[in-house]
Amino acid sequence: MAELFIFFEQIYKILFLLIPVLVSVAMIVWLDRRVWAFVQKRRGPNVVGPFGLFQTLADALKYIFKEIIIPASSNKVIFILAPIVTMTLALIAWAVIPFSETFVLADINVGILYLFAVSSLGVYGIIMGGWASNSKYPFLGAIRSAAQMVSYEVSIGVIIINVLLCVGSLNLSDIVLAQKDLWFVIPLFPMFIIFFISALAETNRPPFDLPEAEAELVAGYQTEYSGMMYAMFWLGEYANILLMCAMGSILFLGGWLSPIDLFPFNVIPAPIWLILKILFLFILFALIKAIVPRYRYDQLMKLGWKIFLPFSLIYVVLTASFLMYFDLLPGN
Amino acid sequence: MIAHAIVFYIFSLIAIVSAIMVTVSKNTVNSVFFLILDFISISCLFIMIGAEFLGMIMLIVYVGAVAVLFLFVVMMLNVAQQKNEWFNSSGRSSHIPVGLLVSIIIFFELIIVIGGWKYKPDLLDSIAIEINTDLTNTQSLGSVIYTDYIHLFQLSGMVLLVAMIGAIVLTFRQRSGVKRQSYFKQISRDRKDGIELVDVENNKGVKIDA
Repeated sequence: MAELFIFFEQIYKILFLLIPVLVSVAMIVWLDRRVWAFVQKRRGPNVVGPFGLFQTLADALKYIFKEIIIPASSNKVIFILAPIVTMTLALIAWAVIPFSETFVLADINVGILYLFAVSSLGVYGIIMGGWASNSKYPFLGAIRSAAQMVSYEVSIGVIIINVLLCVGSLNLSDIVLAQKDLWFVIPLFPMFIIFFISALAETNRPPFDLPEAEAELVAGYQTEYSGMMYAMFWLGEYANILLMCAMGSILFLGGWLSPIDLFPFNVIPAPIWLILKILFLFILFALIKAIVPRYRYDQLMKLGWKIFLPFSLIYVVLTASFLMYFDLLPGN
Repeated sequence: MIAHAIVFYIFSLIAIVSAIMVTVSKNTVNSVFFLILDFISISCLFIMIGAEFLGMIMLIVYVGAVAVLFLFVVMMLNVAQQKNEWFNSSGRSSHIPVGLLVSIIIFFELIIVIGGWKYKPDLLDSIAIEINTDLTNTQSLGSVIYTDYIHLFQLSGMVLLVAMIGAIVLTFRQRSGVKRQSYFKQISRDRKDGIELVDVENNKGVKIDA
């Protein structure tokens, strides 16, 4: 009986996390389009609901009622699995995100590795979708994105090592608590910039949206998808973007910590701070989308392997030597 | 404990079935997908026995990187279109003796390892380094690898580096006639060597490349 109770409690907790995430994904799509429109001096979606807030819900409803077309020559099982994989991976990663000191679904020892692993699995949804469509443009898009995501993961991994050197633990709550006095964005500012750019590449956002570059590849790996399956890709993509923003705010911007531990700031509950930081990073993402032109593919690869990787490796050596010399290594 | 056992058997069943499907499935790309499923379920098993670091590294390295490149190669080489027929055909059976030999050797090796574990109960006590159970296994792994076995660790890193350099040297070819972008050249250009004012004579034109 008690076990059953624990089971239902867990289900409740999971729903309590997942439903807000899904709703905020819908809102974030709206925000993305509004920011984009703002930069280009357009209005953006403003008809459905107050300020057009329900535009995404209307779009989702439209996708639900559209017919799902499965190409005759596709590999059907993998074709259907691909959007499911994308969406599932984007959602399960939220299990380890700490929203406050107590509000975390799974406070596991290797939280940051789990996040890293799940985000590196995200490439499978894209490869599967691109290959199973059995068509040229999706396949080219899938291959591009596989190469791109694998290369930028390397630099994200090295950046995470930088942060871990300062924390001494792989636990996400420990990482946040280690920033109590100083957010890592200050000592590791170059790493924050590189993390931000790599996160853009990892989530296939402009200026690195080569897997779906519409001028060259129609819509890349999503070309053959329609209806609900397309909507799942799209939801998964935005959930991934939010996740990357959350990862950035936990690693560098102090997660749920308030900027200063003084009166007006420390009354605001911890999850609000995390959400504000995620929003801040997301608005940066949206601005970049509106401002920067798309990269060429060879430039993208050059940036990842020849600039970011060596630079972040050198920074690891610098951070380690600095911590060693001033005897600041954690755990001593 | 019963839930633990059920989950364990589910994961091991998935691992075994997908390992069999890797060899049996006719489409090579499907084999790779089953291989990935196998990796994932094995990393779940690692996590279940409390080796969470190993499980996550397995996910990151094997599933996140190695299998992606694997899939990449299989898809690019178009092996996907050739059906994996030799398993069924009786004519070409030259693979089977070799495969049998390898699997028998692996089977005996496993018997020796597991037998040693099973029939020597004090094996854990005979391990030279004592295991501190208070630390998380990431910490204890780090404290062993980076102190007592640092030379072996570095050596294995060097082996990987040599392999990497070897692979690059073997596949690298310098092609002529490829236009490459040089950022330094591009940035260091200024107006003087970018723009030139030329008086064009009528009916003669200008030679640009001179």
